[in-house]
Amino acid sequence: MYLLEMNHVRKTFEDVEVLKDISLKVKEGEVVAIIGPSGSGKSTLLRCATLLETMDGGEMIYCGEHAVHSDKDGNAIYAKPDVLKKIQTYFGLVFQNFNLFPHFSVMKNVCHAPLKVQKRDKAEVEQKARELLHKMGLEEKEKQYPFQLSGGQQQRVSIARALALNPKILFFDEPTSALDPELTGEILKVIKDLAAEHMTMVIVTHEMNFARNVADHIIFMEHGVIVEEGSPEEVFHSNNPRMQEFLGKLEK
Amino acid sequence: MVEIRFEIVELINGIKDFGLYFVHMCSRLAEGMVVSVQIFFCTLFFSLLLGLVVAFGRMSKHFIVRFPTKVFISIMRGTPLMLQLLVIYFGPWFMFGMKISSGYKMTAVLIGFAINYAAYFAEIYRAGIEAIPVGQYEAAKLLGYNKAQTFIYIVMPQVIKRIVPPVANETITLVKDTSLAYTLSVIEMFTLTKQIAAAETSMMPFVVAGIFYYIFNLVVAVTFEYIEKKLGYYR
Repeated sequence: MYLLEMNHVRKTFEDVEVLKDISLKVKEGEVVAIIGPSGSGKSTLLRCATLLETMDGGEMIYCGEHAVHSDKDGNAIYAKPDVLKKIQTYFGLVFQNFNLFPHFSVMKNVCHAPLKVQKRDKAEVEQKARELLHKMGLEEKEKQYPFQLSGGQQQRVSIARALALNPKILFFDEPTSALDPELTGEILKVIKDLAAEHMTMVIVTHEMNFARNVADHIIFMEHGVIVEEGSPEEVFHSNNPRMQEFLGKLEK
Repeated sequence: MVEIRFEIVELINGIKDFGLYFVHMCSRLAEGMVVSVQIFFCTLFFSLLLGLVVAFGRMSKHFIVRFPTKVFISIMRGTPLMLQLLVIYFGPWFMFGMKISSGYKMTAVLIGFAINYAAYFAEIYRAGIEAIPVGQYEAAKLLGYNKAQTFIYIVMPQVIKRIVPPVANETITLVKDTSLAYTLSVIEMFTLTKQIAAAETSMMPFVVAGIFYYIFNLVVAVTFEYIEKKLGYYR
């Protein structure tokens, strides 16, 4: 069974068709990297998957449960709010610009949702939060506020915050685009560690070498369609001219 | 020697007399001070709450709610508060022939102040709420917060921090605006000041009134400065 299945997803903004018939499947423990030039629809796809954006057509299934199914014309029909609310708990998202809550300390950023939304036990949540912060190398920063941290540290807090809710699948929307190369390394290492623990992840990224090293499956998107996909070897040695051009530009 | 001593004694007596007169004036104005302070606190309480309701109306998705709220704010901000007080006090009589008792004076003043300031506060709230980055809402949604939780835990605390300076501004204006209650001859600070100054042809009531409003506002300013400092733990 797939953790996430998206079939024939379509999305149009005003007159621009951003996603044209996109299908993807994510198995448990798999790391999927989505690459491609800016404006290719990668982020929109991720926003549809995380219910921040509504798709116009296609279907989306999390763990066998339909978040969206399509009618006979292929139009997207969303499940009832209580179903979506449950499905919402299956995934987490790490944003490009972190979106930490500035008025919460690091610890509170991580603990608040598990306590107030999931109503979990305080001692358990705090222990879990400390473990996560330790894993992120932030055990010293518990009491600090986001503005006191570097971008890389903020992003690691936001990863801990997403993981604290025990998602089955974690999405990353260009997690290193707002960071300098040195800080980028920190984040990529954290993601690699998560991959080693078989965390299921879908990562939109511009870091080609990282995608190559960490992903089990790479999807190359352009103009709202999947141009090429497969294992890193397949994609990086693809004969597709557009793929080669894109990778070639990166070499320079 | 004797002359100098005499002058000093005279000077001391002069200061003493002035001091006594000042204290005397203060005690005569005290009743007015209490009423002014009452108007101030009641207005602040009701307008800060009502302002939130108006702000939500102003930001409503529904035209039928949003438009009237917009008109209300426009009128409240576009006409003199003094005129609004007169309309609220005399309106029921002129328009509906209702008898108005003098006990209604204070009520009319409070209604007028509360709805007028609510309009201003509503716009301050709206600016504060709309300034919260959309990413905060998206992060909250992804973490499973519902709309009410998002507003209470995530949005409101950040809005409060942002709106403290403009609210302080408005509050300082309110202290001075309480004097407009004299339009309906409510016996507050300013009404008394004018009466006493006219009756005794003396400057002293004005001096006392000036000091009263100034110190009142100093307290308001210091209080808001303290709140701002308290909220300065994050950026």
